[in-house]
Amino acid sequence: MDSGNVRGGPRLQLLSRAPLPEAYTNHAGRWVVLFLTTVQGVGAFALITLGVMITKLRAAPQVTFPAIRRELARSGLRLLPMFLFMSAATGLVVIGQAILLLTKVGANTLLLGPIMVYVVVRELGPLLTALLVLARSGTANVIELGTARALGEVEALEALGIDPVHYLVMPRVVGMALGVMALTVYFIIGTLLSGYLCAFLNDVPLRPGDYFGQLAANLTGLDFVIVVVKSCLFGALIAIITCYHGLAQRLQLDEISRETVSAVGQGIIACVLVDAVFIFIYLLS
Amino acid sequence: MMMDPPSAAANGPVIEMSGVNVGSMQQPGVTVLEDVDWRVEAGDYWLIAGMHGSGKSDFVAMTGGLMPPRAGSYRLFGREMPIFDEEELPERLRLGLVFEDGHLLHRLTVAENLFLPLQYHRGTKRHEATERVAAMLELTGLTHWADTTAGSLGRNWQKRVGLARALMLEPEVLVLDHPLGGLDLRHTTWWLDFLDQLSTGGGFLQGRRMTLVATGEDLRLWQHRAGNFALLKQGRLVTLGKRSVLAGHSEPLVKELLAEGFGVG
Repeated sequence: MDSGNVRGGPRLQLLSRAPLPEAYTNHAGRWVVLFLTTVQGVGAFALITLGVMITKLRAAPQVTFPAIRRELARSGLRLLPMFLFMSAATGLVVIGQAILLLTKVGANTLLLGPIMVYVVVRELGPLLTALLVLARSGTANVIELGTARALGEVEALEALGIDPVHYLVMPRVVGMALGVMALTVYFIIGTLLSGYLCAFLNDVPLRPGDYFGQLAANLTGLDFVIVVVKSCLFGALIAIITCYHGLAQRLQLDEISRETVSAVGQGIIACVLVDAVFIFIYLLS
Repeated sequence: MMMDPPSAAANGPVIEMSGVNVGSMQQPGVTVLEDVDWRVEAGDYWLIAGMHGSGKSDFVAMTGGLMPPRAGSYRLFGREMPIFDEEELPERLRLGLVFEDGHLLHRLTVAENLFLPLQYHRGTKRHEATERVAAMLELTGLTHWADTTAGSLGRNWQKRVGLARALMLEPEVLVLDHPLGGLDLRHTTWWLDFLDQLSTGGGFLQGRRMTLVATGEDLRLWQHRAGNFALLKQGRLVTLGKRSVLAGHSEPLVKELLAEGFGVG
């Protein structure tokens, strides 16, 4: 049967020329407007937070410093066991796959170090860390702050003359930025070590000194700077997006789950976009 | 021993509203009360009565400085409200706000809820404030709950923690949103007696009378306690006057809130 040519062909051509049904354009339009509104809202919230951090940096340190320490513990120290496990697994996976490929071309002793620098140090380390912190601590932020807002805690703070952004948001932004940076460093170190372990177990003839020599030869000063800046930026972004979804509007308790899902989606998009910007910096350098 | 009243309070009204429109906290853009003219002198004890949904909470929120008036002029101690400027914050904190549901910080303990405003505004260290927090807990009958997280308390006690927290910064004016709502008889009596004490400057106030503004739905509970009465009706604030005018007042809503129509009273 030639039904594909006779019936499908002309119809497909007609469909490709026809305007989109109104429902699709409405849907796309709503999506674009919603996206721009969210970007505007998150941007404004970030600027407000930045303003508060600058103007109230030294205000009420006896309240904000312990809050930053608590956030650092929650988004850093307490996640360390999970990150050590994840770094061990990532090292095994990356080096395991690299050995499979490199053995075929006979380069398995030469490129393991460079691969770890290009894949783990520059990309996977900061990005995976950010996404895991988003999943573990970012979601908790939305739920905690959304509940606090729904139960009137924000109004209570305002009535007591306490700036909610200063008391609730600033410690989270600072704590999460530092926490993500510290976890990224531990994650990268763990992955590099477990990567060598994987190579050793696969009988790759590569001495530890040679492996770490390859790493050192491929790392530049820019790598260290970018890892620190990028991971801090990821942490701050996650904190701002999750705090925005928890605090920016008065939520009913049953709306908190929806906001949490939105915050996670937007957090992932924001981190990937920022990561893409840093790739351009590498390309330009 | 009587303490000298604050100079601003002695020089003029504590609260002065002129042509004020009150917006809604829940629905921005909606006006719930219009053209409010109201004046509160130092030491007054006001009860603002109104039916459920008459705008009492919005009125309290605006009076407490949580939102600006939609129109008109509202002055607290002679200063235009709301006050957002950090440098003028001490002026705003001369007014304390007690919410209907307490609005506590639910993950903190009761003692930490009381400690927070002292720590934030005055930099008080924990060991320095322990005595003051303990004294306030005892005064408000909350000592037993000091180390309990606020969120796990019953409603009766949460409201009381809200009152204790508002008193920690020693305000001169206390605005209370429906303080007797949902309380059992024992707690209701405690609140009325305690507010009497604040109004007369008894006990820990050492003669310094506190200006009180409370809202409520049942005038019977307040008619022998508050000194001045007003009514929220059909989007307006109607000043009724002193306590003595209540009993024979011709306003049908007053009779209803005094439950005369139900043969109770």
